[in-house]
Amino acid sequence: MSLFRTDRQLALLLQSGALLAAALVLLILLFLVKESWPVLQHVPLIRFVTDASWHPVDGLYKLTPMLSATLYSTLGAVLLATPLGIASALFSRYYAPSFIAGCYRRLIELLAGIPSVVYGFWGLTTLAPLIGRLHPPGVSLLTCILVLTLMILPTVALTADAALAAVPVAYVRGAAALGLSRWGLISGVALPAARSGITAGTLLAAGRAIGETMAVLMVAGNVVQQPQSLFDPVRTLTANIALEMAYATGEHRAALFVSGLALMVMVLVLVGTAELFSKERHHV
Amino acid sequence: MKKLGIVVTLIVLIGAVWGFLRTQSNEPKIEKLVLTGSSTVAPLAAEIGKRFELLHSNVRVDVQTGGSSRGVSDARAGLADIGMASRALKDDEKELLSFTVALDGISVILNKANPVQSLNKQQIIDIYTGKIVNWKDVGGNDAPITVVNKAEGRSTLELFLHYFGLKNTEIKPQVVIGDNQQGIKTVVGNPDAIGYVSVGTAEYEASQGAAIKLLPLEGIAASVENVRNRSFPLSRPLNLVTRGEPAGLAKDFIEFAGSPQVNDLIEAQYFVPVPH
Repeated sequence: MSLFRTDRQLALLLQSGALLAAALVLLILLFLVKESWPVLQHVPLIRFVTDASWHPVDGLYKLTPMLSATLYSTLGAVLLATPLGIASALFSRYYAPSFIAGCYRRLIELLAGIPSVVYGFWGLTTLAPLIGRLHPPGVSLLTCILVLTLMILPTVALTADAALAAVPVAYVRGAAALGLSRWGLISGVALPAARSGITAGTLLAAGRAIGETMAVLMVAGNVVQQPQSLFDPVRTLTANIALEMAYATGEHRAALFVSGLALMVMVLVLVGTAELFSKERHHV
Repeated sequence: MKKLGIVVTLIVLIGAVWGFLRTQSNEPKIEKLVLTGSSTVAPLAAEIGKRFELLHSNVRVDVQTGGSSRGVSDARAGLADIGMASRALKDDEKELLSFTVALDGISVILNKANPVQSLNKQQIIDIYTGKIVNWKDVGGNDAPITVVNKAEGRSTLELFLHYFGLKNTEIKPQVVIGDNQQGIKTVVGNPDAIGYVSVGTAEYEASQGAAIKLLPLEGIAASVENVRNRSFPLSRPLNLVTRGEPAGLAKDFIEFAGSPQVNDLIEAQYFVPVPH
């Protein structure tokens, strides 16, 4: 009987933990709404789209260029990092000799541990001048995408590696018994089996790219505009908050919380789409 | 049960020690002085605060940043004993009192490789508003100009706009930066960039070999010396701001910060002491 009681107690504990985690998201949303209320009260939502520019001190609150900058830079980084990360995982899992694979994995882990501000500093002092020689001013959407790619690559590589490692040995042996080539094994058995793990890792990496602030602040140029090419400087929502929050008061501050709110909504939409997408894939 | 006993004993012990320490530390009363505001003034205020604490062992000086506007509003609301502002008080802030502790100038900077030696006021305005987009129009190379501007809300931006009679909506920047260091790194990395940062920082970085040059304004060289004698046009006072006549600790601190005893601290931050 006592086991039954501890079970119930544990369930209660876990339930309240889960409730707390869920409540936190709601509380954050509530907090964002409360802090942005001074602006939302008398500025209709449509003005965040239709205003001429983002000059909050002068009462102009256009957010859409920053929304698309965040979207483009994240999308670009994920598109570049995913194939590279999966290739890196395949290399260390199926092609590299075990000693080299071990060293390689440690290196990638090290790469994952480098603070983002270091990537940003490197991007600002080395990468941006290089790209600037190609097309000034150097700090641009492209620089931003490249630095973000570098930052999320280890996340994709490590999660893909873990997902591949979790493919049941029986599958691999079965494939080998059927006489599949190594590539046949990878493309026909390992990758499909590891798909959900790899997708989850990519989403995690996308989340990191969306939320990254310091590195982006240093390499994106931070001009609020709709980019016409990869070489145009852009400002992401996170960079906007970091850049202006320290010096913002009153409605300007509230407007920055609106950009935080927009970021939150964007993340929710992305997670929602990913969820829908994965469900559809499961039905097929 | 045994474990529970140990835990209870530990808690009682910790509580006793904590209570003992509290009564001990309560005897000399600790007074706290809170300063908030400009991130330009804050490092200086923190240094002055450290020296002030050495002279007054029962005082703790707490310095928080948040921009000149926060300094003014905190002083006005009484949230801080002293506000810090890297600008003169505006007309609607005249009910507050300000005390200048040091001076800072803003210098327009170019990359050292840029052949342009000087720009007049109108040329700088045209460059920042996007009317001049190529260096060859002001006697430089045939290269597009990279305009570096500061983020909204910074007092450097405010001062720059005020001096050139511009509005931020008119400026067409290619790069927007946060602090002075980021500005210097951007201009160092881009031979066709133009930016503006505090004179003290720029002069120091240039002397340390950073590939930048400071442009003269209205024929006056951008240097710490010319900020000191107040001949450099683009300069600003670093102020301590209080609501009403300061009294007690705040008064002592402001007097200390305005005395020659802190000149070395001011110079160490590449600001310019006010002539006494």
